[in-house]
Amino acid sequence: MTQAKVTRQGTGRPGFRAWMGGLFYGIYSFIMNALDLALSPLQRLIGSRNMAYFFVLPNLLVFGIFVLFPMLLNFYYATTGGTNLYLQDRPFVGMQNFQHLFNCSNYLDPNTCREDRFWRAIYNTATFVFFQVGGMVLFSLVTALLLNRKIRGRGFFRSVYFYPVLLSPVVVALIWKWILQRDGLINALLLALGKERVLFLLNANWAMAWVVIISIWALMGFYTLILLAGLQAIPAEVYEASSMDGANNWQNFRFITMPLLMPTMFVVLVLALIRAVQVFDQVFVLTNGGPGTATLFIVQYIYNTGFSSQIQRFGLAAAASVVLGITLLIFTLIQLWIGRSAEAT
Amino acid sequence: MLQLSDANQFLTRTRGRRGPDVSDILTYLYLGLGTLIMFGPVVWLVLSSFKTPAALVEFPPTLLPYSQKTVEVEGYDEPLPLYKVTLPDGSTAELAQVRRVGLEAQMVDPANPNEIIKVNINDRKEVKELHLAKENYTEPLRRFNFWTYLKNSVIVTVTATLITLIINSMAAFALSKYEFRGRDVIFVVTISTLMIPISVILVPVFLVIAKVGWVNNLWGVIIPGAATPTGVFLLRQYMLTLPDELLDSARIDGASEWRIYWQIVLPLSAPALAVLAIFSIMWRWNDFLWPLIVLTRNELFTLQVGLAAFQGELNVQWHYVLAMTVLTLLPITVVFAILQRFITTGIATTGMK
Repeated sequence: MTQAKVTRQGTGRPGFRAWMGGLFYGIYSFIMNALDLALSPLQRLIGSRNMAYFFVLPNLLVFGIFVLFPMLLNFYYATTGGTNLYLQDRPFVGMQNFQHLFNCSNYLDPNTCREDRFWRAIYNTATFVFFQVGGMVLFSLVTALLLNRKIRGRGFFRSVYFYPVLLSPVVVALIWKWILQRDGLINALLLALGKERVLFLLNANWAMAWVVIISIWALMGFYTLILLAGLQAIPAEVYEASSMDGANNWQNFRFITMPLLMPTMFVVLVLALIRAVQVFDQVFVLTNGGPGTATLFIVQYIYNTGFSSQIQRFGLAAAASVVLGITLLIFTLIQLWIGRSAEAT
Repeated sequence: MLQLSDANQFLTRTRGRRGPDVSDILTYLYLGLGTLIMFGPVVWLVLSSFKTPAALVEFPPTLLPYSQKTVEVEGYDEPLPLYKVTLPDGSTAELAQVRRVGLEAQMVDPANPNEIIKVNINDRKEVKELHLAKENYTEPLRRFNFWTYLKNSVIVTVTATLITLIINSMAAFALSKYEFRGRDVIFVVTISTLMIPISVILVPVFLVIAKVGWVNNLWGVIIPGAATPTGVFLLRQYMLTLPDELLDSARIDGASEWRIYWQIVLPLSAPALAVLAIFSIMWRWNDFLWPLIVLTRNELFTLQVGLAAFQGELNVQWHYVLAMTVLTLLPITVVFAILQRFITTGIATTGMK
């Protein structure tokens, strides 16, 4: 379909397109030929097989310096104190940061914790993840099932649901902040229904509810697309065969669609989970964690602790991010484990 | 009564059957409502961004950007607001208000500006007209460094995407087409960080950036995320499907390894490269947390950071914030409108973000 579209547009001004393509390819091959000249001595020196190291090197360097090394460094950071950034100025404090984070007389009650904001952030994140992932899977599954039917304008609807995915979290937050404000659209609708105005973002429960809703709104198109691709990968012959055996629609759904869609559902669940745990930017702009700490999530706790408060407690932030990293690692391992046991059966 | 089998049929019917029935109607209802919910907020934002500050605080709000009509009247420097007035004799006229004193408004007929007519304020109604408040856009463009932010965002997005495409494809080429010592280790380590987001290693990456001297430097935003494991994985899987014989015959013809990379492997991987390019553009254009940490000087802000800071500063000046939000979402919307079919199929087939 894409091909057809491209050629259709192309027939309008083929000369221009070909000209632009030729220009780009000309520049591209000029640069690459020049690099070829520069690299041929290298290939003669190390041999053609070893050129693999040259190819892998740039990516490996960036990856090593900005991902791998910081990952290891993070553990060391978590064991140092003070407010200086550079390691030589930071005293070693052992497990003190972790003890500070986990110093609670009752883990279920953040008020009894020394670092109560950390625990509030954890509980808020857990609440958010539960409702957001649940709602996301539900809505994207229903939407994907409906888009998989024979309907007009499927491509249009698919794009409609996908559009908010492209919007930046800042833009999404501002759009909804405007809609939810005191004189906003939602309150106008409430008024039309004869209800009282609500200050949504100043009420702890409403703020959390809207943060969940907005995040589903912004991302569900992405998961709908993945589920739709999974649905379309189920061969039509399977349905035909089962219908011939007298299966009704419910049986088709229960015994064919759901089992065959399970691997895709699982991918969606894990991706949604890992993303939900890291919720930050939208909420940062929408409520900045408020009212109070009602929508303070774990990444914002790390950001506030390390970068935006007056005293920059890098060690504590690093310790909290180690906790976050371990949580994500556990999710990933569970995914691998379930994925493998699903393969085995 | 709606039978259970109807609901089942609704959920399970696949493509390619009879004409419309209840389940089709429900489907279109759901999708129609969904369209309203998905597009409504953005449309509302765009409509609101053209309202004057006075129209913005109106409650309940109007759908379209109306504002009070004004007229130039001879003898007055400022344009005067126009009202529809019910005169004592029962007739109506459109008069311009000069000033208001208590319950009494002093008005003039624009055609006859010398005679002041005194009117009770309850006998007049504002005359409204559709009016696009373009000053919402032009005014903050001077104070909000939109062009600077746009320039920074474009630099970051384009440079980062190019670097990502080049280094990821080089690594993927090596990992898919060569046997060398350490290959499997590199691959496994890369893949295992697929799920590690930058939010987990904020502090140490910031330290590295500070050591390199890239705090308040666009390179500090561009480079750390360039070696994406997603990209390496995606491109490697694609390149594995290219036949080795092709490369071998090129070698026999005397092509260098670099030439094989750029003249054979890269052009053949174009579909996968395009998908990665789309991902990278989306990630970089919308990125917020990392630029927020690295950039503290206003003239280096990207659009997202600039916009967030702008709405924090001018919390009440919604008419500017809304217009700037529209400008920020415009580029990505245009790109999507042109490439939407390509983007949605590309993402659906790779299933990653």
